[in-house]
Amino acid sequence: MNFSLEGKRYVIMGVANKRSLAWGIAKALHEVGAQLIFTYANERFAKPVKELAATLEGQKALFYQCDVTSDQAITETFATIQADVGTIHGVAHCIAFANKEELRGEFIETSRDGYLLAQNISAYSLVAVTREAEKLMTEGGSIITLTYLGGERVVPNYNVMGVAKASLDASMKYLANDLGKRNIRVNAISAGPIRTLSAKGVGDFNSILKDIEENAPLRRTVTQEDIGSTAYYLLSDLSSGVTGEIIHVDSGYSILGLI
Amino acid sequence: MADTFERVKKIVVDRLDVEEEKVTLEASFKDDLEADSLDVVELVMELEDEFDMEIADEEAEKINTVGDAVNYIDSQA
Repeated sequence: MNFSLEGKRYVIMGVANKRSLAWGIAKALHEVGAQLIFTYANERFAKPVKELAATLEGQKALFYQCDVTSDQAITETFATIQADVGTIHGVAHCIAFANKEELRGEFIETSRDGYLLAQNISAYSLVAVTREAEKLMTEGGSIITLTYLGGERVVPNYNVMGVAKASLDASMKYLANDLGKRNIRVNAISAGPIRTLSAKGVGDFNSILKDIEENAPLRRTVTQEDIGSTAYYLLSDLSSGVTGEIIHVDSGYSILGLI
Repeated sequence: MADTFERVKKIVVDRLDVEEEKVTLEASFKDDLEADSLDVVELVMELEDEFDMEIADEEAEKINTVGDAVNYIDSQA
């Protein structure tokens, strides 16, 4: 079996900085020979992603701006990618957003706008991106997204983002069903809490990490590398029979009943 | 104190891409150093790593200037 990704191209959406899970995925794919295509939301994120990508030896990365709140922007971005490289083999969708004020306190206080904003950026974007990206996957492919336990169960402070992740999980499954016949797989990684820029927006995040270290079966938090290697599995033929799945990369935390 | 300031200054210069002279104790991250809200969160995380400490949300919200950060770090030492 040859599981090198040489000659394959993957679009990675959502690198904010060196701690980003998207960056962990990029490093893992780079190691096994993939060509990387990065998209960033706006100019603020252009420089960090370009600087990080420059550290990947021998990587000829490409960069595109893509505002996932705009269908037109998504269409244009993928059309440009298609014009530049032709075929792609996968996408890592690592994008989410909610108002910080709504990631603390009670969920019942969630505003209509805040609710729709979280759904728009964190869940609908997967649908819109998949619709355009699959056009470039002429040799079949694999799409992954990042979810979290807070979409399946109640996690304090995760609130509106938990509901958006539930929506993302369901969207992932429906997309998997739509695209299976074209040999495109869609899966999600449910990552245990990691100190990322996004996670720091969740109220009292440091105590969530402590809970994992003390109680998760592996007695440690997960790393960028843990997520990267599972992403490699899902984006490569290693997982050729797997679609519509949520893989928990969480030190086993999600199996626990009482803590 | 002096040592803490130098270490904080180095992180601020790196993260915010500002000139060293601008990073004074009185400099406000948002107003003087043009940090956006994400920059501030990134800075807090860098400081947590550099000084091997946790900065609680309530405390992080009170840090507006470089001096606030230095004082908080020293108060925890």
